[in-house]
Amino acid sequence: MARETLHEVAMIANRSVRRTLRQPALIVPVVLFPLMLLAINASGLNVTKRIPNFPADSYLDFALVVTFMQGGLFAATTAGTELATDIETGFLNRLQLTPLRAPAILIGQLAGAMVVAFLSSLAYLLVGLAAGAQVKAGVGGAVVLIALAMLVALAFGALGAIIGARTGSAEAVQGMFPLLFVFFFLSSMNLPRNLIQAEWFRTIATWNPISYLVEGLRSLVITGWDGTALWRCLVTVVAISVVGFLGASSSLRTRMART
Amino acid sequence: MLTYRAMSHDGITAKGLVREFKGAIRAVDGIELDVQRGEIYGFLGPNGAGKSTTVHMLTTLLPPTAGTATVAGFDVSTQGPEVRRRIGAALQEAALDNFLTGREHFELQGGLHGLAKAERGARAVELLERVGLTDAADRKVGGYSGGMKRRLDLALALVHRPSILFLDEPTTGLDPQSRSALWSEVARLAKDDGVTVFLTTQYLEEADVLADRVGIIDQGRIVAEGTPRELKEQVGRSSVEAIPANPDDRGAIEAVLSRFGEPAAASPKGVAVRLDGGSESLGQVVRALDAEGLEIAHLQLNAPSLDDVFLAKTGRSLEGAEEDRAEEVVA
Repeated sequence: MARETLHEVAMIANRSVRRTLRQPALIVPVVLFPLMLLAINASGLNVTKRIPNFPADSYLDFALVVTFMQGGLFAATTAGTELATDIETGFLNRLQLTPLRAPAILIGQLAGAMVVAFLSSLAYLLVGLAAGAQVKAGVGGAVVLIALAMLVALAFGALGAIIGARTGSAEAVQGMFPLLFVFFFLSSMNLPRNLIQAEWFRTIATWNPISYLVEGLRSLVITGWDGTALWRCLVTVVAISVVGFLGASSSLRTRMART
Repeated sequence: MLTYRAMSHDGITAKGLVREFKGAIRAVDGIELDVQRGEIYGFLGPNGAGKSTTVHMLTTLLPPTAGTATVAGFDVSTQGPEVRRRIGAALQEAALDNFLTGREHFELQGGLHGLAKAERGARAVELLERVGLTDAADRKVGGYSGGMKRRLDLALALVHRPSILFLDEPTTGLDPQSRSALWSEVARLAKDDGVTVFLTTQYLEEADVLADRVGIIDQGRIVAEGTPRELKEQVGRSSVEAIPANPDDRGAIEAVLSRFGEPAAASPKGVAVRLDGGSESLGQVVRALDAEGLEIAHLQLNAPSLDDVFLAKTGRSLEGAEEDRAEEVVA
């Protein structure tokens, strides 16, 4: 049974990766948009490093992981949109008419999103290093950084899949993008929490799980091996993934009314 | 194994099948079906009559609200996986992935049906050739025409060698050539491979040409069922209409035709009778007119159509029914 499920997951993931890579309109913004924002912020906000207690040597180092987070956000939109498109076009019915197990559809789609996240993360890292960024945790840290970025893509992808499965509308999934973006800005994405002056902002950033994801990834670049930041990041990403996966599974089960 | 073989050879049955949607809308209202193995069953009706909802229930995609149905000997409500193993379906929308090639669709569909890699490849070659898509096999489906997509959809439904095939309006939107090619393939499947075909259509000609038996559905209920010939015979015999070359001969022609049946509605210039002996007596009519030296400008045999059957059973023609339904939806 487990072997058959793995086979089904591999088939769906294979399709997901193929169709995503064959749509330049999906891939190019995922790679270019975060890198463009990084270039703008790193050059325009580099003076921020002079703020007392600023934790990084350069704003480029500090902001590098934002690209990974934005890549995860794109993964969420892509995973949700692809699932919704399958519902809209009737492709889900085609899949339902095979012995395919429902969770395999979801895992396969998310595995596809993780592969795309791997490729885009690699691009962010290489461009960052070429621009002068340094990963304090070394080569091992870079590997963990990419692995965590893939987990972030999995977590956000599962959230996107909930919307995709529940609404069956690609437009509705894309409407989620600005909402998640607001969560991003209300985190420690642009400034460490201890340096945020406005108390309300600091409070929201402290409660915002995005902060812990950003800080975990960022610690590998600007600090080295920071156990506390890493376990908080891992717990947060696993929690979001589990909640997202359960929610998406439930929505997909409702959608797939087959007997 | 024997039990499986015996059961898998069964066709389709339904007893009191009902499907309600929110707002107590009864899309399917107590359908009874008995489709034999190897039969092509045409399910004819206008848009919104309940054809696709019935197919969705029979293919296990939609649980019935009430009633029972078996496909290949298995209950669609409680034995979904068993049913799905034995059926193939090409649903109303040819749901294909525009970013995959035709061959990649076989890879995916065959793989999910548990076919080994080598078998998937061989099956793809065989079926792509059968539906005339060998040359387009490695092109992305997004570049296929509507007819090519329909043919691929049909071929994909056959990848795991199902014993029962559901085709939901398979030729809607196709040009006459593609439609004819698809009809030939469906007929071949039933005749040569013994596949049971459940075909929904809104085209009279399709049901007439292709189906062994036809069920006519309107507003969720089957209003008539039988072979196309039986159904037509239920509503009456063929009529013949003659238009005289010389209008002065009208009376004489009326007299000759009256020997073959009672008068029927005709065009303003014509004379028509409903033939007591059916269409077979047309030759006698021609000989009788010739014997009297009557010159005919136009002679036409009008056989009852399935539209006449629909009209007789519902009081509306099929096209009219579609318009009525469209108005209901707009309202």
